Amino acid sequence: MLSQLGDEAKVLAGGQSLIPLMKLRFANPSHLVDLNFISGTSYIKEENNALRFGALTRHAEIEASPIAAKIPILHDCAAGIADVQVRNRGTIGGSLAEADPSGDWATVLITLPTEVRCLGRTGERSLPLSDFIKDAYTTTLAHDELVREVVLKVPPKGGGGAYLAFKRSAPVYPTASAAVQLTMEGDICKDAAIALGCVGLTAIRPKEAEAALRGQRITDKTKSAAMEAARIAADPQTDMRGSADYKRTLAAALVKRAIDIAIRRAAGQQVEVSHIYA
Amino acid sequence: MPEAVEKVTLQLTVNGKLHSLSVEPRVLLVELLREILDLTGTHVGCDTTYCGACTVLMNGAAVKSCTMFAVQAEGAEVLTVEGLEKDGELHPIQKAFGDSYGLQCGYCTPGLMISTLQLLSKNRKPNEKEMRKAIAGNTCRCTGYQNIFKAIQLAAKNMNGA
Repeated sequence: MLSQLGDEAKVLAGGQSLIPLMKLRFANPSHLVDLNFISGTSYIKEENNALRFGALTRHAEIEASPIAAKIPILHDCAAGIADVQVRNRGTIGGSLAEADPSGDWATVLITLPTEVRCLGRTGERSLPLSDFIKDAYTTTLAHDELVREVVLKVPPKGGGGAYLAFKRSAPVYPTASAAVQLTMEGDICKDAAIALGCVGLTAIRPKEAEAALRGQRITDKTKSAAMEAARIAADPQTDMRGSADYKRTLAAALVKRAIDIAIRRAAGQQVEVSHIYA
Repeated sequence: MPEAVEKVTLQLTVNGKLHSLSVEPRVLLVELLREILDLTGTHVGCDTTYCGACTVLMNGAAVKSCTMFAVQAEGAEVLTVEGLEKDGELHPIQKAFGDSYGLQCGYCTPGLMISTLQLLSKNRKPNEKEMRKAIAGNTCRCTGYQNIFKAIQLAAKNMNGA
């Protein structure tokens, strides 16, 4: 159908970004194809040490899911996106396919081994999320291709993560956000994945910050090194949410907080977090 | 000028009443409610998915009716503020908002009451944090949130007692 309608047609998932964009005339699709009536596109399954999310799974369903709760960083993300009403409509597949630089899911999911399964006319393909999102609002999806499923590996034993976003109010995009997923062995950090959101064209992986933690005992000194590396890796723009310098400092501070929570969670502690409001 | 658009047939239930209509596909759910069904209790505050004045329940879930096309509600059960009262009796949430002075200008109130309904239908004893989270998508520009929290607590109490 999409190939018949041509490349000015768009698909509609939760619509919580696309409909506002259409009202502002930033998007003006020739046709809208509503995916919401296709059955079997909303599910959360656990199989072979992986979680599978149907593309139209709503944020609210993930927020309420006991399966997703096993990976706390997923719950942090799902429960913090916008507000109740938006979470009841918005979808994980839509969030990734839109690739908004301020979107929450991409920032969280690139810290986990995540694959995006896409369905097109010629069949299916699966690619890592880091290859799926190419640039701001740009993915490798062809115009007649859809996200079918998001698949992520359950973190290994000793895994712990946290996602923190700083927002001016619930319905708006964050000013900056940070996702940290650690694998701990005792007090040694075996592996670290960090992502910064809203401070670049896509979520940024500050490799130097990850390297500062990997193989180390996490002390104030290693955390400071990670913060500094994150501050340098961030590439924000000055806008009405704050100056570039402010956002850099904010992203670094969120990284530190998220590291602290990730360590406690890796040790088996229940730590409840929510997005931080100005 | 946009060209004339073919209308689409639509069936949905609003406040318990089944409607069969024919609407342009571009019509938003809130436009259907306000302008076609004349249910003007649902308000449009910002029209940008921010303020929540247009909140209605769709199949039991609070949604912003300005951020959905009417045709997406095909087959759905929609509840608006007009559907809260029963047999001329105000709903306990409506009474509580009045008794607690949980409104000033009243513009955001229909949306807030619907968000309260979603909260209390799942959680009859919300704590302050849960209340804050439940209405985070509803902006009161008179800034009178304290009495709104009192109203939610009173509604919860009255609904538990009922």
